Amino acid sequence: MAGYRRDGTEVHPPYLYPDYRSTRLRAPTRPLIVVPHTLTELTGPVFRHDRVGPRDHLLTEQHDGEPLGERIIVHGRVTDQDGRPVADSLIEIWQANAAGRYAHDRDHHPAPLDPNFTGAGRCLTDRDGRYEFVTVKPGAYPWGNHHNAWRPAHIHLSLFGPAFATRLVTQMYFPGDPLFDQDPIFQSVRDPRARQRLISSFDLERTVADWALAYRFDVVLRGPEATPMED
Amino acid sequence: MLLTPSQTVGPFFALGLPDAQRLVEEDEPGALSLEGVVYDGAGDPVPDAVVEIWQPDRRLWGRCRTDAGGRYGFVTVKPGPLDGQAPHIAMAIFARGLLKQVVTRVYFPDEEEANAADPVLALAGDATLVARDEDGALRFDVHLQGERQTAFLDV
Repeated sequence: MAGYRRDGTEVHPPYLYPDYRSTRLRAPTRPLIVVPHTLTELTGPVFRHDRVGPRDHLLTEQHDGEPLGERIIVHGRVTDQDGRPVADSLIEIWQANAAGRYAHDRDHHPAPLDPNFTGAGRCLTDRDGRYEFVTVKPGAYPWGNHHNAWRPAHIHLSLFGPAFATRLVTQMYFPGDPLFDQDPIFQSVRDPRARQRLISSFDLERTVADWALAYRFDVVLRGPEATPMED
Repeated sequence: MLLTPSQTVGPFFALGLPDAQRLVEEDEPGALSLEGVVYDGAGDPVPDAVVEIWQPDRRLWGRCRTDAGGRYGFVTVKPGPLDGQAPHIAMAIFARGLLKQVVTRVYFPDEEEANAADPVLALAGDATLVARDEDGALRFDVHLQGERQTAFLDV
């Protein structure tokens, strides 16, 4: 069995990015050990519909009332780096509410919680790698990294893809955010073209009149190495 | 096509990434506890990491966030030998301050012969990937940084 491609993985941020303070004591300092891909890395968990409810992607419908904020559709397609769809694959998301507050014990930002918003969802990609969530646009929020630091609005995404080697956790941002330049997490991706991959695009066609705006966020995971042709 | 870059899981991932600590039932024959503490470069426990494990032979997957003391724990079984390798459990650790997950493997202390012949352990070149037996549980601490840093793998 062939391994997963290693070219292209240099788009990921370095472990140590001192402007993002938390990396200083958590980034590994010894070089990683390159290992060949074995069955361990070439396989991965498969999540089926018994783990994912048909309405788990509707973050606006998890409580008695509707959450406050700008209702949005977030959708896109997950492919590998050769453009092949990543089908039937779990995506998990979590985010702050419209005021920039997470429904989490450790979030002490003095912005209101929304009793109608938890901010977590999940779905499986379809056969063509497509996914969709309905949520509200998260707010920006301050954090302690440096004086007057604010995170640009973002949604966290966790993707598995077909193998342990394709696992990816990332963040989706919104176009034109004025906070990009001072955010060390966004800036930790050094290649400006790769940073653009983290920014969703406004998608007028998928908006629903009188109901919701829409953003598109495509995700590209590692693909398999080319295998030698067999006769 | 350009890959989508990794970003940190941040401090609030528990909202979206539920735990799955029992890979097998506790009363299954051979069930064992795999547990440990995640430490940072100052030697302090990391209370906001999430540890995932994967065992391909039985397609067992688990996820556990660390507690206030940096501890994680799973109930699983020892995998069989695979692909000419010693029995091992694949592990990935995500946390605030980790812009990308770190990946390692947990090997078994009672497999000296198989461990000595394992190609990945040979590349790692030290003993940080072999768990230790602690009162019947498999104990595997993760040191993210420093003198005692765990050997992390580029997979």
